[in-house]
Amino acid sequence: MTVTTPPEPARTPLTVSGAHGDAPREPDGAYLDHAATTPMSAAALAAFVAEAQRTGNASSLHSAGRTSRRAVEEARETLAHALGARPSEVIFTSGGTEADNLAIKGIFWGRRAQDTRRSRVLVSAVEHHAVLDPAFWLAGHAGAEIVLLPVDGDGVLDLDALRAELAAHGDETALISVMWANNEVGSIQPVREVVRAARPYGIPVHTDAVQAVGQTAVDFSDSGVDAMTVSAHKLGGPVGVGALLAKRDLALDAVLHGGGQERGVRSGTLDTASIAAFGVAARHAVDCQPQRAARLTALRDDLVVRVREVDPEAVLRGADPASGRRLPGNAHFTFPGAEGDSLLYLLDSAGVQASTGSACQAGVPQPSHVLLAMGVPEAEARGALRFTLGATSTEADVDRLVAALPQVVARARAAGLVSGRALGGAS
Amino acid sequence: MRVLAAMSGGVDSAVAAALAVEAGHDVVGVHMALSRNRDQFRTGSRGCCSIEDAGDARRAADVLGIPYYVWDLSERFEDTVVADFLSEYEAGRTPNPCVRCNEHIKFEALLDKATALGFDAVATGHYAQVVTREVASADGGVRTLRELHRSPNDAKDQSYVLAVAGPERLARAMFPLGGFASKDEVRAEAARRGLSVSAKPDSYDICFVADGDTRGFLRERLGSRPGSVVDTDGAVVGEHDGAYAFTVGQRRGLALGRPAADGRARYVVDVQPATNTVVVGPAELLSVDRIAGEKALWFDGVLPGADGADGAVEPDGDGWFDAEVQVRAHGAAVPARVRAVAGADVAGADASGMEVALTGSPLRGVAAGQSLVVYRGTRVLGQATVSASWRAR
Repeated sequence: MTVTTPPEPARTPLTVSGAHGDAPREPDGAYLDHAATTPMSAAALAAFVAEAQRTGNASSLHSAGRTSRRAVEEARETLAHALGARPSEVIFTSGGTEADNLAIKGIFWGRRAQDTRRSRVLVSAVEHHAVLDPAFWLAGHAGAEIVLLPVDGDGVLDLDALRAELAAHGDETALISVMWANNEVGSIQPVREVVRAARPYGIPVHTDAVQAVGQTAVDFSDSGVDAMTVSAHKLGGPVGVGALLAKRDLALDAVLHGGGQERGVRSGTLDTASIAAFGVAARHAVDCQPQRAARLTALRDDLVVRVREVDPEAVLRGADPASGRRLPGNAHFTFPGAEGDSLLYLLDSAGVQASTGSACQAGVPQPSHVLLAMGVPEAEARGALRFTLGATSTEADVDRLVAALPQVVARARAAGLVSGRALGGAS
Repeated sequence: MRVLAAMSGGVDSAVAAALAVEAGHDVVGVHMALSRNRDQFRTGSRGCCSIEDAGDARRAADVLGIPYYVWDLSERFEDTVVADFLSEYEAGRTPNPCVRCNEHIKFEALLDKATALGFDAVATGHYAQVVTREVASADGGVRTLRELHRSPNDAKDQSYVLAVAGPERLARAMFPLGGFASKDEVRAEAARRGLSVSAKPDSYDICFVADGDTRGFLRERLGSRPGSVVDTDGAVVGEHDGAYAFTVGQRRGLALGRPAADGRARYVVDVQPATNTVVVGPAELLSVDRIAGEKALWFDGVLPGADGADGAVEPDGDGWFDAEVQVRAHGAAVPARVRAVAGADVAGADASGMEVALTGSPLRGVAAGQSLVVYRGTRVLGQATVSASWRAR
């Protein structure tokens, strides 16, 4: 038998200084990809470092474990409070993808176990791959039938199509998943209406709110959904931690089995440092949300106007910013005749970091399934570029983009002509 | 210069990129994705088309500290290289897809896109040298000649498959490995820089044909087309599943039911797509000493210029000059008399042609569709595609 000596827990609060105390910096140049990830807040980093310097497993019963457990539970309460949930509804995960997998698989298995007729899974056609791929995996491995719910030209769910689907098959449906806001075009979905439509049929509703928290008001209890995915690194926390908020009466099977942490639904030693930082970041993001949204809306609207001045052919995709149904930090364009990857490379070499917004296969940008679902022709979808703003974005970032853009678009169009691919001419 | 380094994921292109960086150029690494569905492509770590290769290229770019992108050229690759591969076999010819890839993908699609995006040159890991030389021009000024030369590494020399790119396109190409005398030297350079691909095996197969099974690939894409194998008298001696799968000079895979009357080995001597017939005969029928080429191109300063400028060659009254020709990627160049001729393409339009009369021993199994490259010493003079070959003496 091996006897190990537990390290002595720190007795005094750690002072975080020097490099650790500096606010995390935005990448050099104009960073316009906050929807991919956004800098950690200084407070979140300090919380992370403080916990990472301690030793303790939150499941241990001794004092070191209790110290960790306390940090985890405080973060759980903070996160729950920030998002309008009860602490017991928070299941910490390794991030948004795991939370989405847990929701899609766990709710499908749980609901079908209660009622074996329920094999249909309804997901919007514009969901993130972390929702779509587990759904299609269930189709291939667990007999699920996947229904892709259509969206309109703005990428907003077609509620009539949902209602018609439910009228025909509501009793056979195990789960509906509709994201709070789309990660590519920023359109905010009518989640409350989805809940209202689903309720008479006893269908649990999941929403992926990864892009929404901190950008727009998100309240778990008020929304009426049964489960909600959130992620830390999109709101100023660290990469590698997220949560599924799940109502206590939701039938939810485990995906990760083991030590029985997190209500037995998500086993695995809790990542105390990341969870503590997540709590701090979420509280800060939600507290600042109204002012930040107002500031980013103005900055984004300015970006949209100036991009259109540079290139009148650029088409803004997604909901009209004036409708209030679009994330404040999102601007998404297609540039006819240019390929997104050419635009991205040229902007990158000019010190402007943006995204094509869509998934890659081995580094090759694919035409976005979101744009295709919105009815954008494939050739035009290849010219997509997404700009997303966050806490550290300034007017100088937009200035740098606008300064670089004329030559970038001209060159990308020239490359589009020789490659003969991006044929979405001006209309 | 702004240099785009084409990075396949192999050791050669990684070292070429490293040398471009060390020469002080502003280098960006680009990996070409040539298939949408990469499962169709050869797996393992032997080539330039698998996901592993893309990862190796990315890792090499990381080590070199240069930006890295993947460009999707899969549609162009299918429409040019793969389509040409299929139509050439269907026409009873033997294509060289690596030559077509250099012609349509590396030194056309990739090069043109790079140029449009503001790059000055494309660097690749090919073994060949571009040499520039200044000569007096007819108008009394100075003219820069751009010559393509063999690599000092005979075993690896790729001037044969590069010649098709021609002088104008090669003006924007950079071959940092051109002066390397051995592959071991390149591997040592890779290891010295901490590039993990230093020990990666060489690739030999056609990248889009899984497991090197060309016949299987052709059958899958062109379908089964049973027909007859006949001897030179027209007597049926066997059956086949599609004449397209046979190459002049081929001996294996004929599956002839009975031996030849004289008991000697039989080879494919002709493939006749119109009648879906494969003709077999004795080895001596494969020997040729005359070759005709189509789609000919000539490098700068080779032929005497229309403006009276001197060329490298001095044709006789009928246009013939002495040179050496190579008709296979891994063959040697043999002495010949060569001339440029006017010709017509299949549609009847004017096109340049080439005629070759071998002056030494005849060659065996010169297949239509292969690249015909004309050399003088290490210097490439011109290139054409073999359209016909025959025995004149």
